Amino acid sequence: MATNEVIAARATQLLEDAIVGTKEHRGEITFEIDASRVRKVCESFRDNPSLQCEELIDLCGVDYSTYGQEDPSLPRPSKRFAVVYHLLSISHNHRVRLKAFIDEDAPVIDSVVDVWASANWFEREAFDLFGIVFEGHPDLRRILTDYGFIGHPFRKDFPLIGNVEMRYDPEKGRVVYQPVTIDARTLVPRIIREEGFGDRDS
Amino acid sequence: MTEIRNYTMNFGPQHPAAHGVLRLVMEMDGEVIERLDPHIGLLHRGTEKLAEDKPFNQSIGYMDRLDYVSMMCNEHGYVRAVEKLLGIEPPERAQYIRVLFDEITRILNHLLWLGTHGLDLGAMTMFLYCFREREDLMDCYEAVSGARMHATYYRPGGVYRDLPNQMPQYEPTKIHGKKDVARMNESRQGSLLDFIWDFTERFPGCVDDYETLLTDNRIWKQRTVGIGVVTPERALQLGFSGVMVRGSGIEWDLRKKQPYAAYDRIDFDIPVGVTGDCYDRYLVRIEEMRQSNRIIRQCVRWLKQNPGPVMAENRKISPPSRGEMKGDMESLIHHFKLFTEGYCVPEGEAYAAVEAPKGEFGCYIISDGANKPYRLKIRAPGFVHLSAIHEMCKGHMLADVVAVIGTQDIVFGEIDR
Repeated sequence: MATNEVIAARATQLLEDAIVGTKEHRGEITFEIDASRVRKVCESFRDNPSLQCEELIDLCGVDYSTYGQEDPSLPRPSKRFAVVYHLLSISHNHRVRLKAFIDEDAPVIDSVVDVWASANWFEREAFDLFGIVFEGHPDLRRILTDYGFIGHPFRKDFPLIGNVEMRYDPEKGRVVYQPVTIDARTLVPRIIREEGFGDRDS
Repeated sequence: MTEIRNYTMNFGPQHPAAHGVLRLVMEMDGEVIERLDPHIGLLHRGTEKLAEDKPFNQSIGYMDRLDYVSMMCNEHGYVRAVEKLLGIEPPERAQYIRVLFDEITRILNHLLWLGTHGLDLGAMTMFLYCFREREDLMDCYEAVSGARMHATYYRPGGVYRDLPNQMPQYEPTKIHGKKDVARMNESRQGSLLDFIWDFTERFPGCVDDYETLLTDNRIWKQRTVGIGVVTPERALQLGFSGVMVRGSGIEWDLRKKQPYAAYDRIDFDIPVGVTGDCYDRYLVRIEEMRQSNRIIRQCVRWLKQNPGPVMAENRKISPPSRGEMKGDMESLIHHFKLFTEGYCVPEGEAYAAVEAPKGEFGCYIISDGANKPYRLKIRAPGFVHLSAIHEMCKGHMLADVVAVIGTQDIVFGEIDR
């Protein structure tokens, strides 16, 4: 099992210009990569014999628009969306996380379906839930939400209670959509405590 | 000359062999599958979004409801991710309890899988036998957490409480007289650990019974051998994990390769398939049940000898005991803060995975330092496996689709999330 420093050294040497930043936290290594070169980076991570990440374990979208809202001092990413790739190397037994930030007005990124076939549904999911468009995806349809759903439910500006609800209309004899009739409520407010609050870590 | 056309057919969403709410749109040439398009999301509840709106501890219960036949393994994946972010380690006894219940869960899952897979392929009796053994394991769940299925037993920092010293007893009813009840309660006279030990004595014999019904059964082999073959290269490309990847001959098990909890201190083997067809995966799962039994026995032995705390002694994360609360003002405050506000998790991100019965179950949590996760992504093994169903079924007969759905061991709670 190669240590994270070794992986970081190999990767930066190989993909110097495409890697924007490297971060290690809690024993996990994260490479922030240039979104326009995601395909090339992924190919290198898969094919380079010293990295050899055969499996794409997970791919997900993140909406950073309300990140750290309760604590204005927190540094916030300048771009709204991020696509996060979790890679696993079976032969070297290590994990790598790649993160590519993309703009709000054009949330477009290259698809990696050709690199790993398992990206297919993950990308459809990220498209469905966040509205991130994966260029070159063979079949970018909604996957988890209802047929004819409007909006991207996991974006932070989409309300938790949704926008429409469904009920059976006895007059029309079918199921109809209508605006939600319930009120949003927060049982526990979101709060950020300063570090070391109440001696948590002692 | 008559025109030959492909049929398009719907399979599900309400079909007993679809294992939940799977809708397959099948394009067929006669009885041969040309194209399979799974439509999922009929059970989408937005678990990840709900978790973003709740303190960390309140989402543990949602994890049970993801893959609702391997409940505690999902909890384990989630609490491990939270623990990683908090930077805490549960006490050793809690680690062993987690291993014990992870393996009980694995047997529970594989028994349900075996029962329903058998039922799908025409072996009716399997279902009855498997559910007989499942009942005992459900009683273990109930004894330890109070719930038969949705336990919510694991907590960041350990487990909710220690193992009970006595088992609930059956009481006489109109159907079961005193004599019956005495027989049924025979194995329940001691503690939970005694009850589990008694189960592990019986269980290998039960697995032998299942095998006499299926392993050399001609019909069973005709339905599974050579069906849904996945080569090792394709298995990796398709992101498989767990039994699906081991069935194709790749020796990969997180319990061995990236050990968590107490797995590095436990002796067990990983069964691996050869051809990567449904029959191999069946054999792998059967052997996994035997290995789980072995792990459970080692855990029971250790747990009997090593009493100790089961929860981290950090009052900002775990609640104080009732006794402390009655006499100590600070404990009362701790309790109040913990249950009204929860705890804040340091800023950062973490991915933690466990070897769930179906494959790699992982939780990716991004925290911005608040008392709720900023983003929770659940990596469900079934989601990835189902995405490969077209490739596994192409060129097979309609009846084999049922075998492939069975062998993937999919559950819609986790696929749709």
